[in-house]
Amino acid sequence: MSIRLRLDKPWRPLAAPEIARLPGQLGVYQIADATGTILFIGQAGARSTFGLRSELQRELAERGAGCQFRVEVNMQYRSRWFELLMVHKADHGALPPDNARNPPPNLGRLSPSSSSPPRRGEAG
Amino acid sequence: MDFEPNSEQQMLIDQVRRYVREEIIPLEAKLDPDASELAPEDHARLVEKTKAMGLFGIDIPKEFGGPDIDIVTRTLLAIEMAQHRAGLYVPCYGTFGGAGLAQIFEANDDQKERYLYPTLRGEKKAFFGLTEPSGGSDPARAIQTKAERKDNGWVLNGAKIFISNADRAQYGIVFARTDASKGRAGITCFIVDSDTPGFHVRRVVHTLRSSHYATELEFKDCWVSDHQVLGEVNKGFAVANDRLTRQRIPYAAGCIGVAIAAHEMAIEWAKIRTTFGEKLANRQAVQWMLVDNEIDIRTARHFTLEAAEKARQGVPFRTEAAIAKLTASEGGGRVVDRAMQIHGGMGMTKDLPLERWYREMRIRRVGEGPSEVQRMVIAREILGSSLR
Repeated sequence: MSIRLRLDKPWRPLAAPEIARLPGQLGVYQIADATGTILFIGQAGARSTFGLRSELQRELAERGAGCQFRVEVNMQYRSRWFELLMVHKADHGALPPDNARNPPPNLGRLSPSSSSPPRRGEAG
Repeated sequence: MDFEPNSEQQMLIDQVRRYVREEIIPLEAKLDPDASELAPEDHARLVEKTKAMGLFGIDIPKEFGGPDIDIVTRTLLAIEMAQHRAGLYVPCYGTFGGAGLAQIFEANDDQKERYLYPTLRGEKKAFFGLTEPSGGSDPARAIQTKAERKDNGWVLNGAKIFISNADRAQYGIVFARTDASKGRAGITCFIVDSDTPGFHVRRVVHTLRSSHYATELEFKDCWVSDHQVLGEVNKGFAVANDRLTRQRIPYAAGCIGVAIAAHEMAIEWAKIRTTFGEKLANRQAVQWMLVDNEIDIRTARHFTLEAAEKARQGVPFRTEAAIAKLTASEGGGRVVDRAMQIHGGMGMTKDLPLERWYREMRIRRVGEGPSEVQRMVIAREILGSSLR
């Protein structure tokens, strides 16, 4: 399975039936409003009871209906999470609003080229 | 050589062991299993503790305010500091401080003011930019990043890969080719501020270490002044090489620490776990795994302390450091693997630290010079002299 620099999968509605289909695996996810503006980048780490499914259930309970989400199953969830935050900051000049409220300490900075080529072995 | 700790060393070992068990491991139990950082308030509190212990900045030379602990004792303590989940790469989550990059101690007075002292005060962080996409094991030949003379300075163009902390550092030590015709005698070491125009951290490089990542760097018409040359022009390889040799001793010590922790877990589990009506500890297959663990650990410990002792004496220790790195990284990997086997299914889970150690220990056979390069170094010594 390939990983792109940016998480650019289609959005899915943040709703119970969609979340029920999620795997209980580790990974990262993004939450957006109805227009697709990213509000939060999260991770489902090994302390999540049912991985991505648990984290998205929690998000739904806290945010209610009207949001969208997308996920990426990834065992390297921590470094991928840092990467997505740094790429978002580089692209938009700031963290997503819900991350900015409680930013991770010592977040680094990236200057990815806007048309970053696919990584080696990555689907084009 | 006698490597049994003397009473003073044993006191320090006990002190650090208690610190790991009473301060680090309880905090770690609440973190993500792949975490590599403590909460800032916990980190600050523990730094005060290590300062009170007189062990903060343990690797800093005495003349720069370090606690003046010899390298053998530091190695013994490094073995202790690694004995927790994150301990292989982030011993005690950095609460014992660090000296930064060893090369920066060779800076001139102006560079010391701008880089060394702020680093020792914890105000600046640095990265070490050596490895390139063209290879890391043979830096003398693989370095393709060029530095060309321009306007009383140098223009850097090229790329680096597998560079830790470059996205968070305020400056880095970067090796570039300044004379293409001279091989290893054509490399110069530069100090590059990370806000220099033309310096870019292009992407994260994900590895087996989920807790931490490396980065890929690009230098695009990145101009630095002559004041940024560390040491002498065309003499950068010696700077890199010295660092690589010295780094192998603490690198080996970390592997030993984790191996000891994994081995102790396996012993404890073997004594309590019953299968088919018998304790694992009573089964010869398990006993032999534990014996092999013991031998791997003792071997690595002996060679690592031998290298440290030679370094302490100020005699050449390149071969000894290579043997230490080789035996500790390969032996440590075997120990963790056997400990996982003894734990069965539980050994594969993130409930225990074994799976993290397994992933991270694998990197140790490649990082800081792969096993094959260590063997080359040792072979050169054997073939260059007699077999004694």
